[in-house]
Amino acid sequence: MIKLFAFLKPYWKVALLAPLLMLVEVITDLYQPLLMASIIDQGIAQGDVSFIIQTGIKMIGIAVIGMVGGFGCTIAASIAAQSFGADLRTELFTRVQSFSFTNLDKFKSSSLITRLTNDVTQVQNIVLMSLRMMVRAPLLCIGGIIMTVRINPQLAAILLVAIPVLVIAMGFIIKAGYPLFSIVQQRLDRVNNVMQENLAGVRIIKAFVRGDQEKKRFAKANADLMEITMKASRLVALAMPLIMLIMNLSIVAVLWFGGIQVNAGTMQVGQVIAFINYMTQILFSLMMVAFIFIMISRAKASADRICEVIETQVDIEDSPLATDFKPEAGHVVFDNVSFQYAEAQGDPVLKNISFSANPGETVAILGGTGSGKTTLVSLIPRLYDVTAGRILLDNQDIRHIKLQTLRQAVSIVLQDSRLFTGTIGDNIRWGDEEATDSELRQTAEMAQAHEFITKFQKGYNTMLGQRGVNVSGGQKQRISIARALLKRPCILILDDSTSAVDLGTEARIQQALQARKSNTTTFVIAQRITSVMHADKILVLDDGAIVASGTHQQLLNTSPIYQDIYQSQLGEEDVING
Amino acid sequence: MAKNSPEENQSNQRQTSTSVRPGGLGRGGLGMGMPVVKAQNPKQTLKRLWHYMIQEAKTLAVVFALVVVGTVLMLTGPYFIGVAIDRYITPGDFPGLLRLSALMLSIFVVSALCTWLQNYYMIGLSQKIIAQMRKDLFAKLHTLPLRFFDSKPHGELMSRLTNDIENISNTLNSSTTQVFASIIAIMGAFAMMIYLSPLLTIFSLFTIPIMIVATKKIAKGTRTYFAAQQKNLGDLNGLIEETISGQRVVKVFCREETLIRQFNQDNLKLKEAGIKAQIYSGIIMPFMNVLNNLSFAILAGFGGWLVIQGAITVGVIASFISYSRQFTRPVNELANQFNMVQSAIAGAERFFEIMDEAPETKDAPNAVALKEIGGNVDFTDVSFSYMLDTPVLKHVDLHVTSGQTIALVGPTGAGKTTIINLLTRFYEINQGSITIDGKNIQDIARNNLRQLLGIVLQDTFLFSESVRENIRYGKLEATDEQVEAAAKLANADTFIRRLPEGYDTVLTEDGGNLSQGQRQLIAIARALLADPAILILDEATSSVDTRTEIHIQEAMLHLMQGRTSFVIAHRLSTVRDADTIVVINDGEIIEQGTHEELLAQQGFYHQLYINQFSRQTA
Repeated sequence: MIKLFAFLKPYWKVALLAPLLMLVEVITDLYQPLLMASIIDQGIAQGDVSFIIQTGIKMIGIAVIGMVGGFGCTIAASIAAQSFGADLRTELFTRVQSFSFTNLDKFKSSSLITRLTNDVTQVQNIVLMSLRMMVRAPLLCIGGIIMTVRINPQLAAILLVAIPVLVIAMGFIIKAGYPLFSIVQQRLDRVNNVMQENLAGVRIIKAFVRGDQEKKRFAKANADLMEITMKASRLVALAMPLIMLIMNLSIVAVLWFGGIQVNAGTMQVGQVIAFINYMTQILFSLMMVAFIFIMISRAKASADRICEVIETQVDIEDSPLATDFKPEAGHVVFDNVSFQYAEAQGDPVLKNISFSANPGETVAILGGTGSGKTTLVSLIPRLYDVTAGRILLDNQDIRHIKLQTLRQAVSIVLQDSRLFTGTIGDNIRWGDEEATDSELRQTAEMAQAHEFITKFQKGYNTMLGQRGVNVSGGQKQRISIARALLKRPCILILDDSTSAVDLGTEARIQQALQARKSNTTTFVIAQRITSVMHADKILVLDDGAIVASGTHQQLLNTSPIYQDIYQSQLGEEDVING
Repeated sequence: MAKNSPEENQSNQRQTSTSVRPGGLGRGGLGMGMPVVKAQNPKQTLKRLWHYMIQEAKTLAVVFALVVVGTVLMLTGPYFIGVAIDRYITPGDFPGLLRLSALMLSIFVVSALCTWLQNYYMIGLSQKIIAQMRKDLFAKLHTLPLRFFDSKPHGELMSRLTNDIENISNTLNSSTTQVFASIIAIMGAFAMMIYLSPLLTIFSLFTIPIMIVATKKIAKGTRTYFAAQQKNLGDLNGLIEETISGQRVVKVFCREETLIRQFNQDNLKLKEAGIKAQIYSGIIMPFMNVLNNLSFAILAGFGGWLVIQGAITVGVIASFISYSRQFTRPVNELANQFNMVQSAIAGAERFFEIMDEAPETKDAPNAVALKEIGGNVDFTDVSFSYMLDTPVLKHVDLHVTSGQTIALVGPTGAGKTTIINLLTRFYEINQGSITIDGKNIQDIARNNLRQLLGIVLQDTFLFSESVRENIRYGKLEATDEQVEAAAKLANADTFIRRLPEGYDTVLTEDGGNLSQGQRQLIAIARALLADPAILILDEATSSVDTRTEIHIQEAMLHLMQGRTSFVIAHRLSTVRDADTIVVINDGEIIEQGTHEELLAQQGFYHQLYINQFSRQTA
């Protein structure tokens, strides 16, 4: 948490000004009861009207000074806290932008989003609170104690009892309450989880007519939540009456012991009243401190999550050896490449992969789930770095090519065909911002997207929702293929990117790609054998190793595993009928 | 699946993007900083909320009685301070002071007890109400038609279901009693002040108009700037959400710098709006403070003068200072609560909005429950549209005899899924009729109909329960042996046994501990256990490895045996083996027949087939 305060540094002047101005306000607050006591003990006792009026005006003047301090503090604290929050967000956002895929794997994206949004807001609020309340409460408390001691040290001894009792009571409540509230959170998560499943699985639930069963499941989660929330809230509800009780009992004590002293002539009535006032201030500020503690402990979790992001080491960056080399031909060589995910244990995901792809060739990769297909192609644009061996692009080790250059040259269509807010045209232009309308249209035609795009009322200017919700999965995939094609890469990688496209359309996309492939080396990952069998080279991957490679016909004749796949998908007849 | 209108989706997405909530103990927080969403019809909403509360009328009465007693007792405190000073301390009457102290002690103890009890009961009450509301809402969800779920993004619904109820819960817990107590405290303090000295009361109330006018002004500014801040925050969060969940795509296209630039712009806007909003909302505190101090000064000054005139005693000043504190604090409190209550009412309004959604149409009064069915299904002149003017199915005629396998093929969006949505009565047809064994499905009780049908969907939904419970979902009364037998038949037994805890392995929320293929096998086992007369299968298209693929195909064959089956087919092998292939394009059945017949026709199906196989020999 403290580490994050470094982000306040550029604003240290305002950040320092805020507590200083708060100090002004606190001092004026503390001065008031003292002045009032003098009105009673001097003005009234001696019947001195002009003294009373003078002191009254003084009190008003001081109140105004206090107000100026308070306003100033608010302004300074707001500027400091908001600037702090903005800088923190920028740092986090920039940081995430520089993350490698390995870094991204470590965090769930939903958790990263929470860190950038809610966690930052939480910490920012704490900074705001710190600069105002966290200064005010302790200052008021300490100042109050000093004043009471000055008025009457003996009477101040009451505080020696009241404060520890209050602190112990609050400490007990917070300590006992904390674990209860974390159970509340767990059970709330459970309730939300059931709710979420009932939304996502509504078809299944309706199809199996399991409404009653679900209601029972929910009723249990709901009752559990209710029970623990009651328990936790009831505990916390003890705090307020307890504080009031301690405060009021202390007032009675002040009246009693103060009364004795007034009688003995060692104290004046006005001082007793002032004393009561100070005591209320002290006890209220202590309550404030307790409240701040709760806030901080909540924000600490947020701060920790933020720090985790900031402290993550980015593991793929431009190497100092990187040259201005720009790949053009698209000649790819895998030279004894092995790879293992950072935190994974056991066998590497890829083992001693060696093969080469000539410019313009289509290389297909076939294999079961978890055989390492996606990993293999991810290595080419350096989404991950090889753990052993090397990958050459136009005879240059890809680690010696600038990251930006490499990724411009390699276009990969991920399984995740995500689109962004903006028009369809904007989305395709991610590939090349300067592309002309006719270039846009050409690539969209190749990706078999032009037809359905023009069916929309606004064509290429159709707005897409946050995740492109108003187009179907297959349409999304086609738009993302167009986006990748517009980059005019020398290497194109299609990672199972036509899975949601129907068979006919897929075939047309393939034909179009084939027609232009002369200048692009293409890698295709697919589940359907029909999507890969026209490739110049097919790599059959099993358990991270290449078990067979060759053309469709070669593999059909030599590789039992390939034959297996072929038959399972097309059936024996077709092999014969072909 | 329903096609949502683009505009609707977009606005909804925006809304949800601003409502990400933290984990941890994210309740309550800064009351002043909360954005206030105004309710459309607060009166009506309050009335309906009241219906929930009145169910606990007795507890509610006890709570209010305790609030009155507790607050009134608390109000006597300052009065006694004055009495103690004037009657006992100044004259030095110690036995009297002792008596008064004892009285005050007991009053304070009783008052604290009242406060605690009132909280205690109120928490019980509000939690019960909230649990009831959640339960009602959940039950309501189960009566809603699928159209409702398809037309609202789940994120937005979830946020309603969780945030809004949380909001109501927090407010019920604290605000109800607080508001009531504050009002009593204000009135009580005012009465006591008048009783002690009407003249001084007038002087001390001098600050009240200033307070009201200024708070109103500040509140107005706060609202404006908070709205601006909230809008900017929404924009920024939207950008963050989108960029981060699409981070991989961003990387691949090297868009980092463009996005950082855009982010910085939005961030700066948020910062500027935020500073203004914070200043406006923050200024209220020092302002209240200065008013407090002002009335303090007025009380001391004029009070002192009045004492000299002999109009009041010193003790009255002491009491007065306490009362005027008690007076301004609840006013502050009320202003704070006002925001909370407002957003809770807005939340309640959204809650009731869902409660008011039209449920699935009731079963016809003469609806029957079929026990045994043969499995003849007939679509006669069926037309349907999700939205007016865009027909999805047009005059579909389809006749299936018991035990047949029907393969539905056609391009994406042709209407295959819609046929299934109608057969299951997820949606009701607009025109024509669908019959099972000659019985119109609209005359069959909906639940009975669905029990006759078995459904395996493309994206296999499993619950975060054990594997065993997930399979048992098909037939709740099934024994463990039956569950395992179904798993064996579905080729799922082997891999399930290899899971860390076998059949008792609890699936993670996102299903991360199973592969897509394994999830499909479990879904097939679930359907096998249900043993329906008519089967509906939406074949998964991808992401399954070869071995699992073979397993799935075998399992599906088991499943289809002896049942009427509708299959949305993606595998040609499935298509070929079907008794009838139904080719759908643009909402119409354009071809129908066996594989050979259709190939011979040289039509649309032939084209599909050729596309798939044309270059096979190349």
